[in-house]
Amino acid sequence: MSIKINTPITRQMAENLKAGDIVEISGIIYTARDAAHKRMLEEYEKSGELPFDIKNQTIYFAGPSPAKPGEPIGSVGPTTSYRMDSYSPKTIELGLTAMIGKGSRNEEVVEAMKKYKAVYIGAIGGAGALLSSHIKKCDVIAYPDLGAEAVHRLEVYNFPGIVIIDSYGNNLYETEVLKYKEI
Amino acid sequence: MREINVKEITDSVKKLCVESNCILNDDIYSVLKKSVETEVSEIGKDILEKIVKNADLAKEKMKPICQDTGMAVIFIEIGQEVHISGGNLTAAINEGVKQGYSEGFLRKSVVEDPLIRVNTNDNTPAIIHYDITDGDRIKITVAPKGFGSENMSRLYMLKPSQGENGVKEAVIKTVTLAGSNPCPPMVVGVGIGGNFEHSAYLAKKALLRPIGNYSDKPHIKALEKELFEKVNKTGIGPQGLGGKTTVMGLNIETFATHIAGLPVAVNISCHVTRHREIIL
Ligand code: SF4
Repeated sequence: MSIKINTPITRQMAENLKAGDIVEISGIIYTARDAAHKRMLEEYEKSGELPFDIKNQTIYFAGPSPAKPGEPIGSVGPTTSYRMDSYSPKTIELGLTAMIGKGSRNEEVVEAMKKYKAVYIGAIGGAGALLSSHIKKCDVIAYPDLGAEAVHRLEVYNFPGIVIIDSYGNNLYETEVLKYKEI
Repeated sequence: MREINVKEITDSVKKLCVESNCILNDDIYSVLKKSVETEVSEIGKDILEKIVKNADLAKEKMKPICQDTGMAVIFIEIGQEVHISGGNLTAAINEGVKQGYSEGFLRKSVVEDPLIRVNTNDNTPAIIHYDITDGDRIKITVAPKGFGSENMSRLYMLKPSQGENGVKEAVIKTVTLAGSNPCPPMVVGVGIGGNFEHSAYLAKKALLRPIGNYSDKPHIKALEKELFEKVNKTGIGPQGLGGKTTVMGLNIETFATHIAGLPVAVNISCHVTRHREIIL
């Protein structure tokens, strides 16, 4: 059974989610990849502002393919999250409570997640067509010059994911793989 | 001399770019479907089911299977009896990529300079491998490659004394290091021999062979089978969340090499391993 979550995700909600929970997310989430993260945090250094209020928000590490006419968005699966590892501790500190991506994260990110209470949710890498069918609306809200890498505001409905790292530092990649490892 | 106009090449490349990105090849699709039954992890099973559903949806809507529609890698074999007319061949191929990626609503993921990093906005240039063959035909293979998996690929310059065991270690190490990053279940292409760059080329070429078709060389076929079993014991599983379906196919290509070397390249690919071909 999957747990339905509506964004925004509060720190309390994040704390209640456990590694291995299968979730379906509805509400507003934002996309950002490395180029957008770099720019967001550089701007924050200068102006103290981000393109959106990040408190209790969810960032989806993704860059869609172009939308076909009549569709809100093209295919949009997660990108590899480790490229955001150098930025995520800061975004978490600023109020981010959930990240959606694929692949492992480093110690600093996990420490920040434990300290400030945030979760890391995995979406199925390479399932871009399926995941886009859970997106109702898509607007570019910052850095349109970055194309696919711009910050998009997405309205999602029952967007499927699995909690991979929870706010206690439990990591599904570590625990599950060991169960099946034979060499 | 048979004459082929570059226009025909542009049109073919365009079509192959779109089709390869939206329609998963039968070999991979059927292995995915089978793995839904054989996977022992519950989470893994659920993921594989969704991956199959994703491929169905992509084909039905002619939408990219994955948003990373890759950098276009083109293999072109030109029969030496062919005369190409009407323009420059490389330009014609790149024009096909440009048209395919824009008209097919594919993502443009290429930056012009690796350090300055400004998007070319049409997914060109493609990476093109030319080969001259006998006859009067042209064979074009388009193999778009995403970088989630490309980034997990490795090249090792082994010593001849490390032999077959060294090769096995290199492959297992690369797959283990890749872990959850290349969207497992993966497809693995291995190139053994040649020199530094040729081993990498062979590894990429190995990804073009349909999975389940083994090498013609008996000792390489045995190695493919053994390594396939071993990498599926790493426990990585679908999406790196544990299970027995880590690698769907492992192909090895070999070439002669120097007395002093044993190059091994491992090109990691994902469940969206794409290639489509046409013969003109
Ligand atoms: S590794 Fe493959 S499936 Fe995963 S995002 Fe890249 S192209 Fe898509």
